[in-house]
Amino acid sequence: MGVLGEAWTWLATAGHWVGDGGVWHRLQEHVTVSATALLIACAIALPVAFFLGHLGRGGAVAINISNVGRAVPVFAVLALFMVSPLRNSGSVPTVIALVLFAVPPLLTNAYVGMAEVDRAVVEAARGMGMSGWQLFLRVELPLAHPLVMTGLRSASVQVVATATIAAMVGQGGLGRIITAGFNTYNTPQVVAGALLVALLALLVEGALLLLDRLIGPAAARRAPAAGAPAAPARKDPAAQDPARKDPARTTA
Amino acid sequence: MSTRGCLAANDWICGEYLRSRGQELTDATVQHVWITAVSVAIGLLVAFPLALLARSRPVFAGPVLGLTTLLYTIPSLAMFSLLLPLFGLSAGLVITGLVLYSLTILVRNILAGLDSVPEEAREAARGMGYGPGRLLWEVELPLALPALMAGLRIATVSTVALTTIGSIVGRGGLGNLIDDALQNFFKAQVLAASVLCVLLAVAADLLLLGVQRLLTPWTRIRTPRDTGRKGDKTRTGDTAPASAGAVG
Repeated sequence: MGVLGEAWTWLATAGHWVGDGGVWHRLQEHVTVSATALLIACAIALPVAFFLGHLGRGGAVAINISNVGRAVPVFAVLALFMVSPLRNSGSVPTVIALVLFAVPPLLTNAYVGMAEVDRAVVEAARGMGMSGWQLFLRVELPLAHPLVMTGLRSASVQVVATATIAAMVGQGGLGRIITAGFNTYNTPQVVAGALLVALLALLVEGALLLLDRLIGPAAARRAPAAGAPAAPARKDPAAQDPARKDPARTTA
Repeated sequence: MSTRGCLAANDWICGEYLRSRGQELTDATVQHVWITAVSVAIGLLVAFPLALLARSRPVFAGPVLGLTTLLYTIPSLAMFSLLLPLFGLSAGLVITGLVLYSLTILVRNILAGLDSVPEEAREAARGMGYGPGRLLWEVELPLALPALMAGLRIATVSTVALTTIGSIVGRGGLGNLIDDALQNFFKAQVLAASVLCVLLAVAADLLLLGVQRLLTPWTRIRTPRDTGRKGDKTRTGDTAPASAGAVG
C-alpha cells in the first residue's frame, strides 16, 4: 500500500509533530477535552444512577435515555452549538456535546448493575441491620461494579471517538489533522491522522480493559456467588465487550 | 432574496427557508435514507453468515466477535478516512464504513437470538425429521427474530446518525446540509437538517418495530403468565449488554 507508506512518512516527519497545529498540540487538546467531559459526565450520571438503582425506581428512564442518545447525531449537536453564541467560548461546545454523549452509557450501565443485584442478598443485608449507606457501599456497589466499569469503558471510548468529530465544526483535537488533510487534498496526512485517532481509541480501550482485569473482576469474583449478577460467562474473551454501548434494550 | 424576513435575520426557525429550499432538503433526506438502507441491508447480509460461522465453528467465534468489536472502536471520522485511498470520494466509502460499524451489533444480536432458542424446540424439530437447513429457517430463525430485530433497530438508528459524518467526503445526506450551513452560520438550515435527522432515526425505529410485530404474531399473545411482566418482550429482544457487561 503506497498510501500507508506515505502516511508513515508523514508521521515520521518531526515537523508535523511540533507547533500549534502539530500532533502533540492536537493530542493534548484531544485528551484534555475528553478527560474533562468524562469527569463531568461521571459526576452527573453515576450519583443519579446509584440513587435510582438503590431506590429501584426510574428504570424505564435510565434504559431509554441511551436509546435517545443513539438517535442524535454528534455532528448535528456540535453544529448547532457552533451556530449559537457558544461558538466564542473555546472548547466549551465540544465538552458539552461529549458530556451529553457520555452520560447515557454511564447512567444506563450503572443503573442496570444496581438493579440486577440479587434481591435476596439485599434483603439479607437489611436483615443484618445494615443502613442504606452500608448496603450501598458494601453490597450493591461491589456487585454492580462490573457493569459500572463496562459503562465507564464504553463512555470513555465513545468520548475519545466523538472528540474527533469536533474537528468537523472547527474545534480542536486530533481530528483536525484529518480535516486539514481533506482540505488540502493531502491523502497521506488524512490517513496518518486517522491512524493516530484509531490508535488512541484502541489504546484507551486496551488500557481500561487491562485496568479492569487488574483491579476489577477479581474482586467481584470473590464476592458471594449468590449475589453475583447472573451473567453467563462467555466462551470468548472478546465478549468483554467494549462495543456494547449499554444494555441495548429497546423502547417497546 | 427578500431583504426582510427570517432568512435575512438568520432565525433558528424559518418557514421561508423550508419553502424555498424544500427541494434541497428532500434530496438530502432521500440520499440519507438511501445510504442508511443500503448500509444496513448489506450489513445484515454480511452479519448473518458471520454469526452462523461463529456459532457452528467455535474456533471462529473469538476472532469474529473480536474483529467486529475492534472495528467498532475506531472513530467514524478515522474509519471513513482510512477507506479514502481504497474508494476515493464516493458513496461506496461511506456505505462500507457504515456496514463495518453495523456488523458488531448485528452479529452479536443474531448470535444471542440463536442462543436463546430452547433446546427442546430444536430436539422436537429434529425428531420430526427437520434437516439443518429447514431447522434454521423454520424453527431457529423465527424464534431468534426478536433479538435479531432489536439488533437491527439499534444498528439502523446508529447508522442514521453516523451517516452525517459522511459529509466529510460530501456523501452525508442531511450531514451535507449541516456542513454547508456551518460555513455561513445558517441557523435555520443546521436546525432543520438536525431535526430531520433525528426524526428519520425515530421513524426508522418505529417502522422496524412494526415489521417485528408483523413477523412475530406469537409474541403478541398475552398469556396469564405474561400479564404484569411489562417489558418482557423487550427483555428477550435485548440480550445485548446485561449479559456481556457483567463478564466485565
